Amino acid sequence: MRSKRFEKLAERPINRETFIEPWPEVGLIAMDSPLDPSPSLRIEDGVVVEMDGVRREEFDLLDHFIAKHALNLDVARGVMKTPSREIARMLVDINVPRSTILELASGCTPAKLVDIAQQMSVLEMMMGLAKMRARRTPANQAHVTNRKEHPALLAADAAEAALRGFAEVETTVGVARYAPLNALSVLVGSQTGRGGVLTQCAVEEAVNLRLGFKGLTSYSETLSVYGTEDAFMDGDDTPWSKAFLGAAYASRGVKTRYTSGTGAAALMGHSEGKSMLYLEARCLLVTHGAGSQGTQNGSISCIALPESLPGGVRVVLAENLIAMMLGLEVASGNDALASHSEMRKSAKLMLQFIPGTDFITSGYGAIPRYDNMFSGGNFDVTELDDWYVLQRDMRVDGGLVPVREEEVLRVRERAARAIQAVFNAFGFPLISEAEIEAAITAYSSEDMPDRDRVADIEAAHKLLGGPLTAIEVIKALEEAGFHDVAANILEMQRQRVIGDYLQPSAIFGDDFQVLSALTDPNDYQGPGSGYRVEGKRWSVLQNLPQAWDPRTYLEGFGAAQGEIWLEGIGPARQGDQPEVVIALGPAFGAQIDHTIGGLDHRDVLSAMLQGIQDEGIPARVVRIHHTSDCAFIGYAGAQLSGSGVAIGIQSKARPSSTSAAWPRSTTWSSSRRRPTWTWTPTVRSGGTRPATRLGSRLLPCRARLTILCVCDSSCRPRCYTCAKRNRLSATAPLPNCVCA
Amino acid sequence: MLSDTVRTVSGCSLDELNMEALCAGELTAEDFRISGETLRRQADAAEAAGYWQLAENLRRAAELTAISNQEVFDMYKALRPNRSTYDELITLADHLENDLDAPLTAAFVREAAEVYQERGILRNS
Repeated sequence: MRSKRFEKLAERPINRETFIEPWPEVGLIAMDSPLDPSPSLRIEDGVVVEMDGVRREEFDLLDHFIAKHALNLDVARGVMKTPSREIARMLVDINVPRSTILELASGCTPAKLVDIAQQMSVLEMMMGLAKMRARRTPANQAHVTNRKEHPALLAADAAEAALRGFAEVETTVGVARYAPLNALSVLVGSQTGRGGVLTQCAVEEAVNLRLGFKGLTSYSETLSVYGTEDAFMDGDDTPWSKAFLGAAYASRGVKTRYTSGTGAAALMGHSEGKSMLYLEARCLLVTHGAGSQGTQNGSISCIALPESLPGGVRVVLAENLIAMMLGLEVASGNDALASHSEMRKSAKLMLQFIPGTDFITSGYGAIPRYDNMFSGGNFDVTELDDWYVLQRDMRVDGGLVPVREEEVLRVRERAARAIQAVFNAFGFPLISEAEIEAAITAYSSEDMPDRDRVADIEAAHKLLGGPLTAIEVIKALEEAGFHDVAANILEMQRQRVIGDYLQPSAIFGDDFQVLSALTDPNDYQGPGSGYRVEGKRWSVLQNLPQAWDPRTYLEGFGAAQGEIWLEGIGPARQGDQPEVVIALGPAFGAQIDHTIGGLDHRDVLSAMLQGIQDEGIPARVVRIHHTSDCAFIGYAGAQLSGSGVAIGIQSKARPSSTSAAWPRSTTWSSSRRRPTWTWTPTVRSGGTRPATRLGSRLLPCRARLTILCVCDSSCRPRCYTCAKRNRLSATAPLPNCVCA
Repeated sequence: MLSDTVRTVSGCSLDELNMEALCAGELTAEDFRISGETLRRQADAAEAAGYWQLAENLRRAAELTAISNQEVFDMYKALRPNRSTYDELITLADHLENDLDAPLTAAFVREAAEVYQERGILRNS
């Protein structure tokens, strides 16, 4: 036997997910594995001789690196003796500044950090994020890729992403050899949309480094670290090789961020039975010890694994918090598909969105999911308006700004033409006018003409292996008349020489002003402190193109007065025959001629009359002048009705069906019975025996009314706007009258 | 950082890094390389703000500014697991210290050599 409810539930998107029970021995446990060590630290002669229950002789690569580079031994002794709950409480206490927590965390071993996080609820961790985020101003990062690796589309999409406010734009490749062209296209496009957007092309380290050296990219977050020695070795690196690589990037003025996340070691089969959070804490201490500016964490591409386990979403928040406690910039995940369920996906996002992180997503798909070469992504371009509305609803800065369509089209065209100019100057395969035209309005790469991929790859090879650098890109743009784009890329190169954006959490604000943990440190200490969405920023975030001025809505209502289609024929009489009275509000068909859902009052009234007639019942229309309250309109109609039954209809077209014998408060309110209506031109009234019932005053009447019109909860704002007009129209103390 | 005191690896001031000079062909990518001195000043700023590990990284980076792209990349490869013998890493460290004026990176490589030996991730070991 199957329950129909369970059958329905089984079809829901949430049940496309995998849910498993913890299996600690293979690392399938979010936190608190029985094999996780208890926090411990022994220091002899300034050297760590035991950490988290492991003696120095048994240290693996990560233990050695953490003990040598990550721990501040001056504070470690005191901190390790401080109860974890006390530190957890300090994280939530608004009177304890961020700097105090940073100092304490600098002496914590991995197990101690986990122990602190374990004391905290999700809400408390969110409080921790609000305080511990390194940069005061939150931001966001975009993914810009496409299946065809089309340069004009990449440039146009990067320009649009920059215009929409993304502080970083990350691209990658489907075919590895395209990397230099994709990096170039995204560089040119981003600097067309807004100067100062940081860009990177995520490819293997050797190519990545060369792209950075050439000035084609300005940051790198490809430096993966893992929580166990075996996983690290599988990644073909050690903490020392990664740290050296980090220094190499910095030596060329490239911003770097490491990447790690819960579930990676378990996925690689190298968890050693430790919990996901404990291993991630080790990753974060390696990242910290290597002197990274920050980390991309929050499970990232492994997100499905912690989410399959109890407490999985909480553990991802915990890893963000631990990273922030270590002073790292945090690009907090929400990049890989977190759920098929819109509810679950959005709920998970709120953990980072509400408190704010350095980058709320470490890659929001500023392109359709079809084109996202980072495995599809979590959010995509079709959800941008949802994001804007969430920002507006909660007065939260999610790092994006609403844009106008015409402005988007303008920057897309300019970016596509800019990359066209660079391709021309470099002798790369030409970008045709047809390609430019397609890139301006494209939804996805399916809208783009195909290119000669062999020729493009040849060009990419030439760019990577030859002498061309960002300097030649600037020159080509300047000479082709793209002075602003050239100037922005030149400024990016000059900033590379200054190096202020090598500090933690650095991004560029307006006019290439560096916002980092040094220039814009988070000073949150409760209400009235820290980052606030206010002033100009709040004006920008609430200014949605879809939002309209309710004052202009009222202006449209004068139109009805020009054409009179409903005329009073005299005072309404008391009926004495079976009938249904339709009682109209004061402004119905007069000062107001449409319902709030946009239906013509004539159509509404005609449909109602037709519906009643179809049931074989006489109908009569009366106008009620003394009230605009729907219930009172209906009640007044019922008083006049020979059967005692009336339908009251407000000018905004909210109907109620009323019987004279009912207390007014029990009037049916159709909006309550049917909160979401759809239009159909028929109106049915009646019941099992409508005529006989209507002929009698033996009530309650079982007459059934179904009025279907275009009206749902979103009509409410219009409804309140109309209310003003209704009130004005209801002031005249006229007798109720019959209308023809 | 006060931009009027910044000099690139090639000795250019920021004012010299302008569009006219670039279009006249007077500038190359080398002129847009951050200098060791600037990185050390960034390291001091990071340390003063409490980010001492980042400061150490920037000081190692400062040393690498004088080393060619190819050599930097070769050093990275040498530090990857099972790529070098103990002696090769020590030789690299000596080279960094004696020939390239990079004592911090040299110490870092020596430290790696010791740990790699202990963990058995040296080539032919």
